[in-house]
Amino acid sequence: MSTILNWSVREEEVTREDLVMFVNACFACTGQKEFYSHGYGDRVSIDFLHEYILGNYRLLYARTLAAGINHFNTAQIILKLLATGKDTLPENKAEEGTLIAAALNSLPPQRAWKLLEQLKQRRINNRRSRAIVREYINQHKNINFQAVKYRSKLREIVSHIHLKLNGELGNFLFSGWQKRVYETELFEKFRQAHYSAEAIYELPYTVAEGLAYKHKIPRQIFLSRIESQMTLGEKLRLQKTAERTDKVKIELNWEKLPLTKLALYILSLSIKKRSENWHLFHEGLLKAARNILSKSPLKLGKVAAVLDCSYSSSGSSEKRRRPLGVALAAHYLLKIAAIEYKSFWTGDIKEPLLVTARGQTNLATPLLNAIEYNPDLIVIISDAWDNDPPNGAAEVLRIYRTKLDPKKSIAIAHFNPVFDTDNYNLRSISPLIPTLGLRDAEDLPTMLNFARFAEGSANLKELEEYLAGRVEQMLSKHTSSVFISENKTQI
Amino acid sequence: MNAKARLISKISLKGLEIAPAQVWGSIRLVPLLRQNQNKNLRLFRRSYDEDIGVVNIDRQLAYISYIPHGLVLSWNNNETPQATLGSQLATDGKSLELKCCRSSVKIRMLNRMAKKESPNQLRFLPLHLAMEGFLSMYFSGPSIAWKEYPRRILSNGLNPRSEFSFLGSSISGFEDALRVFEIHENQVGILVFVAEALASAFIVPNSQDYRALHTSLLQDFYGELIYYYGMLRNTNYPMDVSVDESQINSLKDLKKAISKMRQDWAEFQVFMADSLLDRPLKAKKIQKTGRFTLERFITDLDPQKVNHIGEVIVSQNGDLEYLKSYRLSTAQTKRVYLLSQLAKYNWNLQDTAISLNISQNELVKRLERVGFGYLLKESVLDAARKNKL
Repeated sequence: MSTILNWSVREEEVTREDLVMFVNACFACTGQKEFYSHGYGDRVSIDFLHEYILGNYRLLYARTLAAGINHFNTAQIILKLLATGKDTLPENKAEEGTLIAAALNSLPPQRAWKLLEQLKQRRINNRRSRAIVREYINQHKNINFQAVKYRSKLREIVSHIHLKLNGELGNFLFSGWQKRVYETELFEKFRQAHYSAEAIYELPYTVAEGLAYKHKIPRQIFLSRIESQMTLGEKLRLQKTAERTDKVKIELNWEKLPLTKLALYILSLSIKKRSENWHLFHEGLLKAARNILSKSPLKLGKVAAVLDCSYSSSGSSEKRRRPLGVALAAHYLLKIAAIEYKSFWTGDIKEPLLVTARGQTNLATPLLNAIEYNPDLIVIISDAWDNDPPNGAAEVLRIYRTKLDPKKSIAIAHFNPVFDTDNYNLRSISPLIPTLGLRDAEDLPTMLNFARFAEGSANLKELEEYLAGRVEQMLSKHTSSVFISENKTQI
Repeated sequence: MNAKARLISKISLKGLEIAPAQVWGSIRLVPLLRQNQNKNLRLFRRSYDEDIGVVNIDRQLAYISYIPHGLVLSWNNNETPQATLGSQLATDGKSLELKCCRSSVKIRMLNRMAKKESPNQLRFLPLHLAMEGFLSMYFSGPSIAWKEYPRRILSNGLNPRSEFSFLGSSISGFEDALRVFEIHENQVGILVFVAEALASAFIVPNSQDYRALHTSLLQDFYGELIYYYGMLRNTNYPMDVSVDESQINSLKDLKKAISKMRQDWAEFQVFMADSLLDRPLKAKKIQKTGRFTLERFITDLDPQKVNHIGEVIVSQNGDLEYLKSYRLSTAQTKRVYLLSQLAKYNWNLQDTAISLNISQNELVKRLERVGFGYLLKESVLDAARKNKL
């Protein structure tokens, strides 16, 4: 009898560990190149993890959509769920369907269209996926704009699911500029832009770019005139291009960037520029941090942060300075959230805004200093490749947790912005503290809540309840937004 | 000052701090740090993009190898830091292009292994300098016309002598290991271990130069053994230093224990590199420039131990400003050991065989096995094969 009991306890434990591993991976991994691994390995690794969780814990897999995971993994989950619809238990069908629809709506359009286009590539065409695509297209507030900007994708999707479109949309998608005239203004602009160089400046930047090449408009003139049509992300991307030429200056409204993006932008600037605009950037980051906290409140007491600025935090060519950016953003977030706060960097950093990714990883020294500061909570943000001395921080934590502070008077959590391909997991400093994935500092409040599951102090049932709670939250938001949009159409 | 400068007798890491290693696959890289760096001495890399480099050692002797880069040492005597400009722009030797069989080979003709280019600038070819010394070692040939040697050797000397090595980039995992290595702030050097065998030691005068020369390790050459070790192993021995918790009662103790951990690593890594450090050396002065001497060295050639060759730049007070070493493979050590024994007995086969406690037949066969068959007459080789010497 007792062995049976042990087995079921152990089974629950394994399920909890698997799920924590998966949620962590879903926060950190984006299938891109990392400092220590190549992108291909990352994609193979995360794909296997998805298949494993999907095969074993389908309902929980679907519910992970509500945990606040990153866009890459949201898209992966939606795709895998849609591809294997027949495995869903009848009682879960409704929930899974609404979750997919809600998650799809929460994705930025470029991600969502790309995901739906993959339905065709992977030959997924069941009744549910058709309904979800139809719903997504129908509820889009500005479908005409989307059609212009993502025309080829939308066309593929519509033809894949044989969707009948109203009005001029179908004509636009399938005959494009070859039609004589459109009544819809944007479609007409698109048509005109194929013949007149002047008309391109009213189209979205990505569409206009191709047409500018067609009309042989010099790059400088094109860039300076199209500026008003650029999104914030596009402006951010083109900063370096604009810097190369004297004539073009793309005004970037960086105050509007979210915290981690802003931190990454600031880190991309030279030390000279950063110190010249120190005050502006400092205030900007504080403001961005306050914005986040107004949305997801986080109140902390005395907090110390151990932040990694070693050379490996420079990320990769695909994720430039991401780990360092996350550390800097978290520094500002914790500064606002905590009553008393102090940061401890692995390098000799006097001013966090001027930090660069340089030198070895010495986690033990800042960790010891942080413990000495005697806070309520220590947040470690590092890729956990501790090498000066190797395992130094692990030894500090082991002895501190087992001997000096067995009652856990200081809570310690490790956030890792890097997915470890070989182990399908995040590299951890020590098994005695929870390790959590973090791609954007914005997720820090969510992940702090999640820490108790990673630590093992909460059991599987609590984890399931937590996920169910998140699902409820997400769905209530989703249905209310659907309700509002329906109302609008009625009016 | 003593007119005849003292040569180094052993390599010691005096004045250098040894930091814990960073491991990637089978490669273990140990950073060497220096707090008081010599800002007046700078080392730069000068790239040669020719396929072959030919260095004339003297009128009759040339050294031929793939030479991807040379190093330029420049110094000044006042306290202002050395400017970097110009040292890499100077022309060095001649570049020729040979056309044969529809393809062409570019050749760089260089003058001497170490060449003073101006009163405060010296160009030398790293490791090739040591390798050239190694190749010419005990290779002078007999002064008595023993009947075993062909006439060609008696009239022209023992040429040619050759060894082969592997380029750093061909060692499996080495490129990635250097890429992910996190360079310390005061780092001036590195010890490279492949599958826990010391492949090379590299030290430069200051940390700025080290950062620039870090990837040049890929273009240096390494012994055959190191190449095979890299290929056969993809992990290292798991090594760990831990803290004894029974000794720790406070945070202060823990701090001390962590710095003790660093110290333990440093001591252990010196122990790992004992095939090079504190070994008796045989050194030869190459150039003396102001306050520094460029020397090349070889360890005591004990065939039972691992041996290294290399070159150093030593300042007046005995500090190592530059070091680069190459681990000889066992076959290489055997070859040079046999040559040394032959040279000791004036190339007399019988005397040498007696000193080695083997028969003359065995000695000839051994010479042939290590690749020196071309030094002896064909009839002597035949006789030895039939044990009829």
